[in-house]
Amino acid sequence: MKNEKKAHLLRFLERNKRFDGRKLDEFRKIEVQTGISRNAEGSALVKFGETMIMAGVKMSVEKPYPDTPEEGNLMVGAELSPIASPEFESGPPGAEAVELARVIDRGIRESKAIDTKQLCLEKGEKVWNTAIDLVTINASGNLIDAGALAALAAIKDTKLPKYEDKQIDYKKRTDKQLPIKKLPIAVTVYKVGPYMIVDPDAEEEEVAETRLTVTSSEGKISALQKGNEYPLTIEEVEKMITIGLEKAKELQKHIR
Amino acid sequence: MGIMIKEKEIVVPGEDLATGMDYLPSYGTFREGEKIIAGKLGLVSIDGRLIRVIPLSGKYMPKVGDTIIGKISDVTINGWRVDINSAYSAMLSMKDGTSEFIARGSDLTKYYSFGDYIVTKIINVTTQNLVDLTMKAPGLRKLGEGRIIHVNTYKVPRIIGKQGSMITMIKDATGSRITVGQNGVVWIQGEPENEMIAEEAIRKIESESHTSGLTDRIKEFLEKKKQRSDEK
Amino acid sequence: MRKDGRKLEETRPITAKAGVIKNADGSAMFQIGDTIAYAAVYGPRELYPKFLQDPTKGVLRCKYNMMPFSGSGERVKPGPSRRSVEISLVTEKALLPVLNLEEFPNAVVDVFIELPQTDAGTRCAGICAAAIALADAGIAMRDLVSAVSVGKVNEQIMVDLNYDEESTEGEVADIPVAFMPKTDKITLLQMDGEITKEELVKALEMGKIACKEIYEIQKATLKEKYSGESDEE
Repeated sequence: MKNEKKAHLLRFLERNKRFDGRKLDEFRKIEVQTGISRNAEGSALVKFGETMIMAGVKMSVEKPYPDTPEEGNLMVGAELSPIASPEFESGPPGAEAVELARVIDRGIRESKAIDTKQLCLEKGEKVWNTAIDLVTINASGNLIDAGALAALAAIKDTKLPKYEDKQIDYKKRTDKQLPIKKLPIAVTVYKVGPYMIVDPDAEEEEVAETRLTVTSSEGKISALQKGNEYPLTIEEVEKMITIGLEKAKELQKHIR
Repeated sequence: MGIMIKEKEIVVPGEDLATGMDYLPSYGTFREGEKIIAGKLGLVSIDGRLIRVIPLSGKYMPKVGDTIIGKISDVTINGWRVDINSAYSAMLSMKDGTSEFIARGSDLTKYYSFGDYIVTKIINVTTQNLVDLTMKAPGLRKLGEGRIIHVNTYKVPRIIGKQGSMITMIKDATGSRITVGQNGVVWIQGEPENEMIAEEAIRKIESESHTSGLTDRIKEFLEKKKQRSDEK
Repeated sequence: MRKDGRKLEETRPITAKAGVIKNADGSAMFQIGDTIAYAAVYGPRELYPKFLQDPTKGVLRCKYNMMPFSGSGERVKPGPSRRSVEISLVTEKALLPVLNLEEFPNAVVDVFIELPQTDAGTRCAGICAAAIALADAGIAMRDLVSAVSVGKVNEQIMVDLNYDEESTEGEVADIPVAFMPKTDKITLLQMDGEITKEELVKALEMGKIACKEIYEIQKATLKEKYSGESDEE
């Protein structure tokens, strides 16, 4: 049936249409809401159509990594909570959740979106740790792009807690924001037959042959991730990156 | 004493529906002492002395004779396991799977393979909810190119309409092929523009199933949509 | 009068919504003060491994989880903790008395509870959300379940302690309690702190009344979701 569904989708794509009437390069309705969890130093809920994902930031003070003694630490985690889909199971994060977290992590880390040098408190001893956690609420396709946007919105929303006498007071929040230099936007381009689409719903995701996540800010690529086993030509990669870069401009408008 | 709610009122589990012995508890209700109480979320229906609650949500409950759409979830040595969008999966045995003779040990995926959708009929439901299916009746078949949408099981009668009037109207207006399973699984296939109109019409029935004059409104909707696409 | 201006018997403001998670068979959001719980029901569905099945009735499984960023202090480590495992268990036991799962032998009804933001009373908010979600999923039930925490702070008996009150210095008792509102029977009862028998009974009586108010909100939330349905031809 996967083939029958795909054949059917291809007939739609031929006419620049999707099952829900969208054009091939059209996103679903996007909503970004920040400050959705007051205990988090920053938080956001992002909706792409029926897909819903939350992101929250918790700040803490930790020892820096030995190779970056003057830089703050960064950590991205993701949970495919079973609340979000009949397909998700309880238990430790599976490969899919780890991939989701790592793709978003790389996008933020490699673009140097957060100027971690400004998050050093005491060289080699104490630095701010930024922990970004993502939790799915309703999984209906394209979790990577929605999750990456939620992570960005949450770090933009972050206000550092008070740090005094080597103690964090989580009850007192300062006006100090995270030093954000760039906004790395993830756009995943899916290939279905000869067609390239963005923001698939669960149905389209199922029949797509492969995907390429292009994370970029201001036209510069900071992370890539190819999914599935289906091989791509250089020309196809180029085409997918072109779409990814173009669409990033559109998504960026949702981050204030 | 007597009835405590109105016909067609929405009730939640635990709500009092009637007191006294003049009324009898039926589907979706139970008696506790003098009272008849709602046991499910739904619409109250009073039929003479019988009070029942018509559910508005919940999983499809398999019934013998229902024509449904199922998805092959496993191929076993003597048949196929089928996901029927219910609490339980169903079995389609080799002998009910096709009128062809299948030799022992043949490759059953030649007939139906993982992920295939079939229009099938329920022939048996045991007390333990084991469900048996057949493919041996007119109209039962493996579904080809097209796509599957899910609708609320409890709206299926409205989508089909009296003697299939509603669904026939949609099929005719959109030139699409549509099969509605009693289990809320719908297969549609048509030209893209028309198929989208068909889906929209089905969704409209689903969300407005309670309102009066639904048939006329769907007719009007289809005509308007049709006109617009002809203009293009 | 309490620090936040509430009367002793007054809960924090409550909002709730049914059907918030499209993929689920039933779902709800329940917010009390600054505590927010989402609940989703999946099922009845087939239960594996087989030895977990009950041939006489369906099985209820609950999973309570605080999101890593939901707590007022440090990040909560993801994954089950001893605390979340225990709360999942008592949540299950609090909901079971109202469920009729005989129609679904060998099957399972899964309830998942996620908290994006917490300010005390999380297990009670989770139970309130779960009860709405179960009814929304069309599960056969004898009643809903309503829950609130009651307790004692500075010699005063009160309902719905917030985090501030719960963490007051001195003698504090925190008592999460759930009622089946129709029969006023208790389905969840836990406590930590110190309290006399007389005070406890008084607290439970206050909880019972608060749960009746919560029940009205749960009921209205469900009716709101299906409000379009009542004027059928």
